[in-house]
Amino acid sequence: MRSHRTALWIASILVYAFLYIPLIIVVVFSFNDSKLNAEWVGFTFDWYKALFNNHEMLLAARNSLIIALSASSLATLLGTMAGLAIHRYKLKVLSILAFTPVAMPEILLGVSLLLFFLQVLNMTLGMLSIIIAHTTFCIGFVAIIVRARLQGMDESIFEAARDLGATPWQTFHQITLPLIRPAIVAGALMSFTLSIDDFVITFFTKGVGEPILPIQIYTMIKVAVTPEVNAISTLLMLLTLTLILIATRFDAHALHGKSK
Amino acid sequence: MTLLEIRNITKRFGNFVAVDDINLDIKAGEFFTLLGPSGCGKTTLLRMIAGFDAPDSGEILLDGHNIIDVPPEKRPFHTVFQSYALFPHMTVADNIGFPLKMSGKSLEEINTRVASTLKEVELSQFADRYPHELSGGQKQRVAFARGLINKPRLLLLDEPLGALDEKLRENMQRELINLQAEAGVTFIYVTHAQNEALALSHRIAIMNQGRIEQIGEPSRIYNYPVNRFVADFIGKINMLDATVIKTSSSHLTLKVAGLGEVTVPARDGIKVNDRGVMAVRPEQIRMVAQTSEIADEFQFTGKIKDFFYIGDVTTYIIDLANSTRIEALLPNSLPGHAKLFEIGDPIIVSWQEQSAQFLLN
Repeated sequence: MRSHRTALWIASILVYAFLYIPLIIVVVFSFNDSKLNAEWVGFTFDWYKALFNNHEMLLAARNSLIIALSASSLATLLGTMAGLAIHRYKLKVLSILAFTPVAMPEILLGVSLLLFFLQVLNMTLGMLSIIIAHTTFCIGFVAIIVRARLQGMDESIFEAARDLGATPWQTFHQITLPLIRPAIVAGALMSFTLSIDDFVITFFTKGVGEPILPIQIYTMIKVAVTPEVNAISTLLMLLTLTLILIATRFDAHALHGKSK
Repeated sequence: MTLLEIRNITKRFGNFVAVDDINLDIKAGEFFTLLGPSGCGKTTLLRMIAGFDAPDSGEILLDGHNIIDVPPEKRPFHTVFQSYALFPHMTVADNIGFPLKMSGKSLEEINTRVASTLKEVELSQFADRYPHELSGGQKQRVAFARGLINKPRLLLLDEPLGALDEKLRENMQRELINLQAEAGVTFIYVTHAQNEALALSHRIAIMNQGRIEQIGEPSRIYNYPVNRFVADFIGKINMLDATVIKTSSSHLTLKVAGLGEVTVPARDGIKVNDRGVMAVRPEQIRMVAQTSEIADEFQFTGKIKDFFYIGDVTTYIIDLANSTRIEALLPNSLPGHAKLFEIGDPIIVSWQEQSAQFLLN
């Protein structure tokens, strides 16, 4: 028994070390007073200062924020509606169609979106095409979360609302919406984090012109992994981590059926 | 005065006929129960009255006006669900106030009426709690209060006591009767529990396979079931195969398997040679030791085969001649009565003519 437990502990520590040591190294070296990612020299904020003076990088960050905010808002709206519809109509094909983009290889999605934009819509690639592309793959995530929340609920609650005098619209905004709000927030945060660091689909749909954060980072390390890349990575990590923590808090509530 | 008329209502789910051409009149102020085994169509009928499901054919008339096309929120009926269906994101007070809010009452009126309702159902100290912080019985009371606060013409109750334990259920039955009497609201109550139906209702409709078998007052249904299904579904009853050999205006003479000729009260539409059962309730059968005298019309000797002691009464299984087996009940009216007879004791069973009846197969 005892040796089993020790073995389990060691295994867990190894798994977590494997997952997190590379991330920790990035964070540590973003504060290293040396141009080389080799040995610890001393503590400095210089790379963050350099970052905030890097015009191209700031522009990329701004673009990525705009894309992530727009795509996650659109995906939340459409994904919530999809989740409600899938739950209401209980058509298997609906749920498969909404959830497939989640499982689809990104490269495939990227190529097909590129062809769609260029050959079907005949549009110029840029911010708009990236926003549409990101919305596409985020909808499924929102729909899954919203539907999971609805599935855990007593169907008679909605009938009770109608029965007690609420019109379908009143039922929606007094009962349904407050009850699925945690799932909607979780879905929105999830979409945002997926969108802001997406590389593959962004790469296919960005065209030339506007710099986008993940692509910009990739371009920088083609030359060398500078501490400046470490710094922007650390900031991105911080943002993502915060959002994930908030999302899981909401999602835990969503899964336990308590909204307060 | 008739409040609700159900006219030729039929509802199918695919090939399955859930409700089959039902006609029913509900009187104002009545406590009416739809009783039947699961799958008999009672909940489907209730859902059509509430407006959640539309019938395939037929009419539902409220005060003589067809309400088939009226959506549930426009019908002056409220429902108490088996799962209570309280809104989990609202406090007790907001749950109870919801119907008032939906009907556009002022905030002031809502607050006063919710406060007085909370007081009536003794939940004032729980006003700010959420449903998940309440016990089953408390949730139940919130559901009743929410259903009644806006004075519906009709309260529909779908097995509302099903999720409660037995002791609590008995208390709630009493509360329900009081609640109905005080509110003066017509109740349609759906249940599969026959003792609940008997204890609560003014009238009961026994449903089976989408049809109504019998409608009547509880004692009428219990004592004069119209057929084998009703007799068997309500309470316990002894049924012995019988053939009609003679009919008169007051009596039927039956040839009962193992017992010979027995007379029972006459009933309409029975002819000589009709086959069915002679039925007698276990508690209407009397038992004495074979050495005693008894005055009842029908007496048969037998032996105690087995008995089940359940506290207030003991059920005896008795073998009569020709391997006919019947059950009889004796109340344990004194502490020493747990075992009035032993297994194997020779006894006489008897009943009065009016206790027995003939039911067609």
